[in-house]
Amino acid sequence: MNLNLPRLLLSLTCLLIAIWLVAPTFVIIPMSFAGKKSLVFPPQGFSLQWYENFFTNPQWIGSLIVSAKLAVMVSVVATVIGTMAAIGIERMKGRGAGIIRAVLITPMIVPGVVLAVGIYAVYLDTRLVGTWTGYVLAHTLLAIPFVVIAVGANLAVFDERLETAAASLGASRLTTFFTITLPLILPGILSGALFAFVTSFDEVIVSLFITSPQLKTLPVQIFSSMTRDADPTVAAVGSLIFLATSLIIGLGLIFGMRGRRV
Amino acid sequence: MTLNTSTKGAAVDIRGVSKFYGSFTALDDISLRVEPGEFMSFLGPSGSGKTTTLNLIAGFTDLSAGEIRLGEQSIGHVPAHKRNIGVVFQHYALFPHMSVAQNVAYPLKQRGIAKADRTRAVDQALQKVQLDKFAHRYPSELSGGQQQRVALARAMVFTPSLLLMDEPLGALDKKLREVLQLEIRRIHRELGSTFVYVTHDQEEALVLSDRIAVFNKGRIEQVGSGHQLYTRPETLFVGQFIGESSVLRGAHSAGGAETALTIAGATLVAPGQARADAPHVILLRPESVMVQASGTGPKDGMTNILGGTVREMLYLGAAMKYEVTLADGNHVIARTPTQDEPFAIGSAVELAWNPKDGTLLADDGSTAGHEG
Ligand SMILES: Nc1ncnc2c1ncn2[C@@H]1O[C@H](COP(=O)(O)OP(=O)(O)OP(=O)(O)O)[C@@H](O)[C@H]1O
Ligand SMILES: [Mg+2]
Repeated sequence: MNLNLPRLLLSLTCLLIAIWLVAPTFVIIPMSFAGKKSLVFPPQGFSLQWYENFFTNPQWIGSLIVSAKLAVMVSVVATVIGTMAAIGIERMKGRGAGIIRAVLITPMIVPGVVLAVGIYAVYLDTRLVGTWTGYVLAHTLLAIPFVVIAVGANLAVFDERLETAAASLGASRLTTFFTITLPLILPGILSGALFAFVTSFDEVIVSLFITSPQLKTLPVQIFSSMTRDADPTVAAVGSLIFLATSLIIGLGLIFGMRGRRV
Repeated sequence: MTLNTSTKGAAVDIRGVSKFYGSFTALDDISLRVEPGEFMSFLGPSGSGKTTTLNLIAGFTDLSAGEIRLGEQSIGHVPAHKRNIGVVFQHYALFPHMSVAQNVAYPLKQRGIAKADRTRAVDQALQKVQLDKFAHRYPSELSGGQQQRVALARAMVFTPSLLLMDEPLGALDKKLREVLQLEIRRIHRELGSTFVYVTHDQEEALVLSDRIAVFNKGRIEQVGSGHQLYTRPETLFVGQFIGESSVLRGAHSAGGAETALTIAGATLVAPGQARADAPHVILLRPESVMVQASGTGPKDGMTNILGGTVREMLYLGAAMKYEVTLADGNHVIARTPTQDEPFAIGSAVELAWNPKDGTLLADDGSTAGHEG
């Protein structure tokens, strides 16, 4: 390898950017093992008490369960709606399709706070604040754009002529969808579902507005815990979530690779 | 006993069918009957409506007017998946997430055929196209020719009484095309189904078909065997589209059983009666034109004589091909048996032919693509 100066500079820049990107994550992990109740870096002492606190404190574990349940529901609802919308848009072609697509994607572009205020205002009237329905509706709204984009990208490369072929071979529209279209756009649907899950799981802004003491998501719990006192349990939660998401994304990648045989 | 020997072909009856796309007329009132078990080709230039007609038969597009019958049944309102017609596409359209065997089994599954019978039928179909060793491969692991064979097996495994093919060999090279043409012919014989085959390769149409329907601008110009189309074209378009030809244009005198045209100063006769108010042409096949030395004159019934200059001379082994320029600047192609002393390029010659070998046709303004 020849180590000329421009090359060295490039490598150095890349390294710095990489460190900058992962630094927060790697600050969190040591802090989660802190011995004392303070969020200083580098942490002093070593203990597992913050992990223990997370798993035994009903506030923490309760909010984790709420978040996980919610994320599953949102990813199911958003994937079904988003997939159907993406197919509809793809089949419509033309200008109407472009407009509908733009409308569906706006939640991704509109600032979170603006959305949150709007949702909160509507929820006050409709008594949806702090309810499961409220959470699912709000998070689904935020998750649909990701599904529409992921499935849409897959549909763009899907060969519609295969559906014509299936019809000529005796398959009805519905059978064709389940035996031909669905299997071939499944990678897009799965990645859409994953995005939807993650979107709901780490959503803070809207959740902060529509939260209630009885129904609190994990990010909201983290946020309120942080604003109340410097509790290293937050770091423990962060480390656990980091581990979990790494696993999910890793599995997703492996799954995606295998699906790409065609 | 097996699925593959039971069915006979069904007749296809196209009656006064039109197809409009907005204000554009893709098919203009066509009528055509394909006989049971017949191999019919649709031949015509790009955009002439061949695929449109096929799509109407298959049910992929809706009729604008007219009726299509399959056997005794009018199928205009039957959805595509209930027509029981096999279709082979130019782009193969194999399902990429299914193995070869699964692809071929697909139509059988839709028909609720039991697994054991399915396996047997799939094996048979794959044997027919000589792909039995590839049953577990995926389409992406096959060559183009192999993929098209799978598509063929898939379209015939449920023994449809009608098989439609839209330029199935269009994406393959010439050698492979010829091999598959023979296979398709054999399969047609073995299956006994009616085949409708779209191509714009006239040689392919001649090799494969019982009859050919020549399409042009959304209409059918003529239907007939390759021999009929070649020897007795009814329109100038057909005459020029099928085989090589030369066209002589000139003023004509309306007469009795024969019509005379004045071309490049000579009077030439062709059988048939021309309408006085429409321009007419004489169509000549290269093999019916003799090239002889200037001043030879009529002999052996070759009474039509036309002078010209040799522009091009090609030696083709058993035959020679001349391109002769007439006094009016037009060209005539002649194919003669090999001569010991051929005429050199630039020499003055006479073209001679028997009047009955020329075809008198109304001038529809069409020009052949291959002529200089
Ligand atoms: N969906 C459509 N909308 C508008 N016009 C169409 C449509 N489908 C076909 N056409 C037009 O109808 C005419 C006939 O098309 P068709 O596909 O039948 O031609 P073809 O004979 O199969 O030609 P090729 O040899 O190029 O395949 C063409 O001019 C084409 O542009
Ligand atoms: Mg076509």
